[in-house]
Amino acid sequence: MSDGPAIEVQGLVKRFGEVRALDGVDLIAEHGQMVGLLGPNGAGKTTLVRVLATLLKADAGTARVLGLDVERDAAAVRERIGLAGQYAAVDENLTGLENLTMVGRLYGFSRKRAKARGVELLERFDLVDAAGRPTKTYSGGMRRRLDLAAALVARPPVLFLDEPTTGLDPRSRLSLWEVLEALVAEGTTALLTTQYLDEADRLADTIAVIDHGRLIAEGTSDVLKDRLGGERLEIRLEPGGDPDVALRALTPMSDDPPSLEAGPIIKVNVRERTGAIVEAVHLLSEAGVGVDDLTLRRPTLDDVFLALTGHAAELPEDGDEQPEQERAA
Amino acid sequence: MRRLVTDTLIIAERNLIRLPRAPELLIGFTVQPIMFVLLFRYVFGGAISTPGYTYVDFLIPGIIVQNTAFGGFATALGLNEDVRKGLIDRFRSLPMARAAVLGGRTLSDVVTNALSMTILLITGVIIGFSFHASFAHVVAGIALLLLFGYAFSWFLAFLGLLVSSPESVNSVGFIAVFPLTFISSAFVPVASMPEGLRQFAEVNPFTIVVDAIRHLWLGAPEPTNSWAAVAWSLAIVAVFAPLAVARYRRAAGQ
Repeated sequence: MSDGPAIEVQGLVKRFGEVRALDGVDLIAEHGQMVGLLGPNGAGKTTLVRVLATLLKADAGTARVLGLDVERDAAAVRERIGLAGQYAAVDENLTGLENLTMVGRLYGFSRKRAKARGVELLERFDLVDAAGRPTKTYSGGMRRRLDLAAALVARPPVLFLDEPTTGLDPRSRLSLWEVLEALVAEGTTALLTTQYLDEADRLADTIAVIDHGRLIAEGTSDVLKDRLGGERLEIRLEPGGDPDVALRALTPMSDDPPSLEAGPIIKVNVRERTGAIVEAVHLLSEAGVGVDDLTLRRPTLDDVFLALTGHAAELPEDGDEQPEQERAA
Repeated sequence: MRRLVTDTLIIAERNLIRLPRAPELLIGFTVQPIMFVLLFRYVFGGAISTPGYTYVDFLIPGIIVQNTAFGGFATALGLNEDVRKGLIDRFRSLPMARAAVLGGRTLSDVVTNALSMTILLITGVIIGFSFHASFAHVVAGIALLLLFGYAFSWFLAFLGLLVSSPESVNSVGFIAVFPLTFISSAFVPVASMPEGLRQFAEVNPFTIVVDAIRHLWLGAPEPTNSWAAVAWSLAIVAVFAPLAVARYRRAAGQ
């Protein structure tokens, strides 16, 4: 392994005609880390993965995988990476085992070794029963697992996972998550793109938020949430309670002015978690305003996303969504 | 280089594994050619005059050449599907020989063409076709047919990467292949065609290949340039292989 980070991206630019799909991206993944690349459709996630996986040439900037330049040392990079895409890229006319055997042989394995590795992966991914069936008979979740298995054939130290769970049902998603967690626990470095905030929150060691081809924030999930000012208190007033009085009463609790929403609900970014609830109840009862309900919660990644991009994260409706860039006709 | 050969064979194997599992494909390679032979022999055959030959002798070389052109549709459709389904991404992220995806495709067409050719020859013999040539000439004819079919697969590989869907592969492909094969000496003597068509038919590579096969298999007079059919095949590869590779790079690089 090289001394530097496992994945190192500097000033990466990629244009498609007028559109700057990547507009100067810097990103680092240390060895053994899972970096979550979070962004809406069209943000540039897939483009970045395609550049890193040597499928696409960048217009400017550098990208290194294990110290190898993805353009100059593309052949060496390909021997060290695995790619699982948002398309389950398996040959649907071949069986699961045939698919994995073919991939193994294309990595230069002997037929026997490729087959043995295929059997091993099918066991790991719970596909043994379907090993002899053409993959066109597989469910969406099974295909994704096979796609991921194909990416793992040569035990690559670096994995690129482009929206691996998009379009999967919750159970398949959960089982794929468990596999990914196990891989990272074994020391694999992974770059995971996703538009699911909970997925990034659960799997990624650090999260990079991308929008319009630029990284707009980077850090652990906790750091990103802290940027929104830590804890937030949401107070629903009793019917008839005067919101203006309540707002004035709560002002000393926070550096930012409390905000009022329909309900009436008052939101207060609190400085200190400890004692916040007691203090709020005390201040409000002194002001003579009754409290109906009160919650203290951390901001979610949804809040972070909204604050960073000015728009909410779009939830994909299903698995058949459009790729970020039009493929060549 | 060893890598290129191994990887090409792996990809060719991958394309061929599916054949026995896809009855509709097998029908395309077997039943359809038989149907064409029977239609031409018994529906049109009686109305077409082929001085010097029985119609079945005249027809079989022509229909086999036409059939090798259709063999390449498997390449065109297969590549189109691989691009659309993202399988090309998988291949390009592997440390495999770059040219193997296209090379393996066109190579597997040689196998399917050999299969169809065998079936056509058997059908032909049953309905009265016979070789009037030495064994060496028969083999030379088979080799030329496989070479020409291989060359034409590169044209169809280019087409498959050029258009956006399997439906367009079929419609554009048929528009290209039908005039080329019908305005040739494959089914009727060129001399019977009107001015204009006749000139086209005379220079059409399909005519040149069909005439070469008739020379080799039936002892027809040697065409003016007996190597023209080989030259055409090589020229088609020389033009369309680089075009297909360039198109493949583009399709995969988006």
